[in-house]
Amino acid sequence: MNTSNPLEVKIKDMILRNPVMTASGTFGYGYDFEDFLSLESLGGIVVKGTTGSERQGNPYPRMAETPSGMLNAVGLQNKGVDYFSNKIYPKIKDKKTNIVVNVSGSTIEEYVEVAAKINSLENIPAIELNISCPNVKEGGMAFGTSKEMAFRVVSAVRQVYGKTLIVKLSPNVTNIVEIAKAAEDAGADSLSLINTLLGMAVDAEKREPLLSTITGGLSGPAVKPVALRCVWQVAKQTKLPIIGMGGIMNAQDAIEFILVGATAIEVGTANFINPSITEEIVKGMEDYLQRHNIKHISEIRGVI
Amino acid sequence: MKYCKDFIVVKNEIITPTLYILRLQYPETLPEIKPGQFVEILVEGERDVFLRRPISIHDVDKENNQIALLVQIVGKGTSQLYKLKEGDTLNLVFPLGNGFTVIGKKVLLVGGGCGAAPLLYFLRVLKQQNIKSDILIGCKDINHLFSKKEYKELSNLHVTTEDGSFGEKGFVTAHPILNEDFDAIYCCGPTPMMKAISQYAKERNIPCYVSLEHKMACGIGVCLCCVVETNQGNKRTCVTGPIFLTSELKDF
Repeated sequence: MNTSNPLEVKIKDMILRNPVMTASGTFGYGYDFEDFLSLESLGGIVVKGTTGSERQGNPYPRMAETPSGMLNAVGLQNKGVDYFSNKIYPKIKDKKTNIVVNVSGSTIEEYVEVAAKINSLENIPAIELNISCPNVKEGGMAFGTSKEMAFRVVSAVRQVYGKTLIVKLSPNVTNIVEIAKAAEDAGADSLSLINTLLGMAVDAEKREPLLSTITGGLSGPAVKPVALRCVWQVAKQTKLPIIGMGGIMNAQDAIEFILVGATAIEVGTANFINPSITEEIVKGMEDYLQRHNIKHISEIRGVI
Repeated sequence: MKYCKDFIVVKNEIITPTLYILRLQYPETLPEIKPGQFVEILVEGERDVFLRRPISIHDVDKENNQIALLVQIVGKGTSQLYKLKEGDTLNLVFPLGNGFTVIGKKVLLVGGGCGAAPLLYFLRVLKQQNIKSDILIGCKDINHLFSKKEYKELSNLHVTTEDGSFGEKGFVTAHPILNEDFDAIYCCGPTPMMKAISQYAKERNIPCYVSLEHKMACGIGVCLCCVVETNQGNKRTCVTGPIFLTSELKDF
């Protein structure tokens, strides 16, 4: 590790120039944000959830604003892994940051198929296995809410995926440590958490739900206390490096996640409010270390 | 190129108790803005407003680097913006969306209520390009008719009001201007009105463009919340739209 860079961190074999990454589904494929920031200033970007074949997602309306947050029910709309490999990958492969693909599916076979195809893309150093999407009928969260299922899908993907394997966990469980340990035992290299919290919103005047799917995933500052608790619990009881996320809006929020044990962080919903927020968070974290005379970010990791 | 920058409020012009025009000063040279594009406003000082608010661009004054936004109060965000005063700062992400595509030499613009907002700047651009236009505005009453003077300078103005206080009494769909020939129709307003105009255009084989208002989060194409069903599957209103040819929309 380059100790002259106080923010450099490592997730297994993936070196990040700083701990700031972008959360899947909130940053497109990166290039949409190049008017607002330099991708090279970020530790990494996690691209939109990618499935075996094209998905149209759920019907409109897919979004509802809620106090200090929002619900979404996009439902993994994407053009499929082959489109990603042939059309999108060539456009982003030479960007000087870590490009992580979020891999989703309805069956173990689909996760394996997508992971194997992404494994062959040279400039993708890691995948984030999404076993926690609350917005699809089959698969998704079902794999992330049972330790047996989590073990099976992570083991199967581990067989075909040789690079850094991150598993994204759902907070919609009774015991998140149990799922985290199952993923660790199955060969995960890192854990990212939390995905959105299952929620709903109602229009009292119209007497109907605000989302076409009735329920959706809650994100934004409203979920941060839950996310911090989950990261803290998992960090204490597994050995894997953790990527923390959930309601991070500024550098102080990001530091809080490091203090409870995260090695890196992902910024999600905040990208919708301020498209250059990730770059600002990197600067804010640098300032924090200087202000507290800390030589390297790892000194404060997991001190709580 | 998109920007995320602060503007200064030059004027907040109240038209009715629920309708106002914000005139905003850009501190630099305004970038190229196409008619039909919109901005995402950061609303500050209201606890329950978390996301930006998408508002279409009503007018652009390139010479003075100013833009105007026509806003109707529909909820907490637009109520909060109503309180803005001269000198206040407003952060915008802009310009967003595709904007209008100009086709032909003689076009009809149809606007309903505050939905007519993007048509004024469009008229300016049409005039510059020497394209003949008629504009048909439908509104509740004379008090809800905004930018009348500008419309008259730039185009042939036709108006319908629900109470007959100005122009023809009734709805835009019954106005005689619709019997003339046009190369294209551009319509912005309530969905039932846009559907009726689109149906009329379809019967006469005239291309019809509408401006869709969908709930949005990011406004820059990444959250996939604002999708509309088209013949080519779900498309993002914020980047593929908000202007769509109605023959491409499933619901029209």
